[in-house]
Amino acid sequence: MKRTMTAALALSLGLIAGAASAQTVKVGIAAEAYPPFASQDASGAWVGWEVEMIGAICAAAELQCEIVPVAWDGIIPALTAGQIDAIMASMSITEERMQTIDFSNKYYNTPTVVVGAKGVEMDATPEGLTGKVIGVQVSTVHQAYVEKYFAPVAGEVKTYQTQDEANQDLIAGRIDATQADSIALDAFLATPEGAACCEVKGTVADDPAILGLGVGVGLRKGEEELKAAFNKGIAGVLADGTYEKVTAGYFASSIYGN
Amino acid sequence: MRDWLQPHRIFLCLIGAALVVWCATQMRWDWLPKYAPLMAEGIWRTIWLLVLSTVLGMMLAIPLGLAQAAGPWYLAAPARIFCTVIRGTPLLLQIWLLYYGLGSLFPQFPWIRQSDLWPILRQAWPYALLALTLSYAGYEGEVMRGAFRSVPRGQLEAARAMGMPRHMILWRIWLPQAVRAVLPTLGGETVLQMKATPLVATITVVEIYAVASRVRQDTFIVYEPLLLLALVYLCLAGLIVLLFRQIERRGPMTRRAG
Repeated sequence: MKRTMTAALALSLGLIAGAASAQTVKVGIAAEAYPPFASQDASGAWVGWEVEMIGAICAAAELQCEIVPVAWDGIIPALTAGQIDAIMASMSITEERMQTIDFSNKYYNTPTVVVGAKGVEMDATPEGLTGKVIGVQVSTVHQAYVEKYFAPVAGEVKTYQTQDEANQDLIAGRIDATQADSIALDAFLATPEGAACCEVKGTVADDPAILGLGVGVGLRKGEEELKAAFNKGIAGVLADGTYEKVTAGYFASSIYGN
Repeated sequence: MRDWLQPHRIFLCLIGAALVVWCATQMRWDWLPKYAPLMAEGIWRTIWLLVLSTVLGMMLAIPLGLAQAAGPWYLAAPARIFCTVIRGTPLLLQIWLLYYGLGSLFPQFPWIRQSDLWPILRQAWPYALLALTLSYAGYEGEVMRGAFRSVPRGQLEAARAMGMPRHMILWRIWLPQAVRAVLPTLGGETVLQMKATPLVATITVVEIYAVASRVRQDTFIVYEPLLLLALVYLCLAGLIVLLFRQIERRGPMTRRAG
């Protein structure tokens, strides 16, 4: 399957064997679905905004990329151990991660929202979430944010391997609220179950030190050449309109942020 | 005390001590103070989950074994089916079926949601405890079936001839001998049960395994928490083995004497 994926990517990129055929860059994505950024369709192929963007950025950067799914909670060790060469898994650029790995420029940045059960009075502030049970995905900026701002007053903070599991428990009433990317949660609220149970309670106050400077390509430290290539690719898709074209297929407005 | 100090034990202890010294001095342990309270909590949660699930499971296993060994068909058949289903499906599946299946049915009934039980039902540990208990009951029910069968029929007949009532035969003759016969097996099964407890981390129960994962996810330190985790489980397994050895030794009658 991996081989067909590479083939499909190479095709879609229009990469010809002759074109600066350096080594294949193994781009790690989270093996857990994160729609609409990356998920598997019925045939098992990876689809989504981020998957298309990987293709576009690699093409603009003249890199030959191969998508490698890696479990999210082990994705940074996989990068540092050399199993993959880059991470493009909606990973926010943060100070803490920068101690271990390097990042390219951002390729998207979306607001962070709190979604809660309908009929429960709350908003996205520490006062509004006092005593509530909050669920977040582990090792995300949202966990760090919730731990800092909401954990001291919340009833309990529960962590989940995937956002889907947190959403499940929100539907089941085991948690009162969850915090994540607005786009990921919009997709959840668009499902019949999500629409029936829950609603957006508000956007959290920004904290760039935790919520990061947007989503970038995670790279091993010291690989300046690859970093420059990805930055060139990102600048390229932004300049030639590919970014807007891909985004229009998934979102109502640009998600590049400001 | 003397039989403890056999050459192979001393040798293994020395190797162990050398390894511990090497790990303690050469690896990163600076995260320990910060996570120590969480780890203590996790160990405690692992222990009470293990103890409660084995005790409750054993209480279920005795009637299950009795029903299969000597019960009428309408008791034997369901007991048989229960043990087969539990032993024939992965524990992870059972845990998820209970938590995401049964657990998400409850909130659909408003009267459950408003009842006093809801604060307990919305938590994860009841489902973890239930799944572990049922699993232990399934395996031990099968063990107890063999144990009840292994008690010589002549003894039971003799007891009946002496005019003992049935419940007295069970409590004084049958059950004690059956339990004695399977004590070594039960010790091994309890160690297996201990090794099954990390599975409950998948439904947000923060036991010791979940704490180790959390350390890895927060700090990107991979090996140290896992090594410590292995040590914790080894100690717990050692405690279980010692405990069962004590019980075997203290029994009112030993096989050796018989």
